[in-house]
Amino acid sequence: MHTSSTSTMPDEGTQVLSSHFDDLEQQHLSSNLGMWFFLVNEVMFFSGLIGAYFVYRTLSPEAFKLACHHMDWKVGFFNTLVLLTSSLTMAMAVRATQTRNRRGVVLNLIYTAVLGTAFLGIKASEYKTEIDHHLFPGAHFRVPGEDAEALRAVSLGPDGQLDQAKYAENLGHFQMMFVLYFFMTGVHAFHMIIGIAIVLIFAVLMQIKWFSGYGEAQTEALGLYWHFVDVVWVFLYPLLYLIE
Amino acid sequence: MTELSELSQSTEAHAHSHHVIAVRTYVIIYVVLMLLLVATVAASSLPLGSGAHLFVAMTIAAIKAVLIVLFFMHVYYSAPLTWVIAGGSLVWLGLLLVFLLADYISRGWLQILGK
Repeated sequence: MHTSSTSTMPDEGTQVLSSHFDDLEQQHLSSNLGMWFFLVNEVMFFSGLIGAYFVYRTLSPEAFKLACHHMDWKVGFFNTLVLLTSSLTMAMAVRATQTRNRRGVVLNLIYTAVLGTAFLGIKASEYKTEIDHHLFPGAHFRVPGEDAEALRAVSLGPDGQLDQAKYAENLGHFQMMFVLYFFMTGVHAFHMIIGIAIVLIFAVLMQIKWFSGYGEAQTEALGLYWHFVDVVWVFLYPLLYLIE
Repeated sequence: MTELSELSQSTEAHAHSHHVIAVRTYVIIYVVLMLLLVATVAASSLPLGSGAHLFVAMTIAAIKAVLIVLFFMHVYYSAPLTWVIAGGSLVWLGLLLVFLLADYISRGWLQILGK
């Protein structure tokens, strides 16, 4: 006997309703809310880093501007484009669960994973260039000569002489920009890696019909996560690549 | 919209929560996001002050974020509770930034080596 509150034998094409929910709508809403609560935590996490960025950028605007010129804005632009496109394909995957198009879900999830991987590949090549130029913070970090000169020029005291303490601080904050750059983009990339892994797992699970129905609630929650990671990059791109 | 009618078989509320957004809407949002991306890059080469640049860049980023949240993340079509949680993140964000920056603005820096 099939009842509405407990269902172990779902109708073909509808999601299993867990016994502690009234109906599928409530279940779906709860699933989305759970992901949203997690994302609120994530907002706080990334905002702390962006707050640190604001503080140091205000202290040494010149150092941040010079450091920023070592990031290639064109590569960042292309990467932003790739990531926004992956968000579109993810949105299409979620839409395909709603229109009951299994093939559409699997294909769009694969497109999303491919675009996400492309983003990481481009990011890795950027990291390599920066590390090769001794711009990775730590023992091997070296402030490039022309930047050190430029910082010296803006580190003058009121008497027109070089203020050593100010100069040292500017050099330190030049490196701090790279600390923030590697940490923020690194944590973002880590989120991407997790996202890509789950997207690929979902593609397989959709293909083998592991989810009840068309995995509407599950895929939507994954979509929320993916779009959030995209939103983070939307803020990181102008902050890290576009200081003039 | 045969696709939509298939979904709204149970109740009206059910159909509401699974509002299927037209592909056209997604593509329009995507194109707008692209235009805003170009606008961010273009704005960075305008002859503005450093503070104005930051303000313009953050404003454009915020508009992009709102578009993604409302349409790609479906908040625009979601239940009021989802609006509250999503909007609540802005309240927490505000608390964090206001008190953090108020501290840095109103107090001196400790002399910590290598700060």
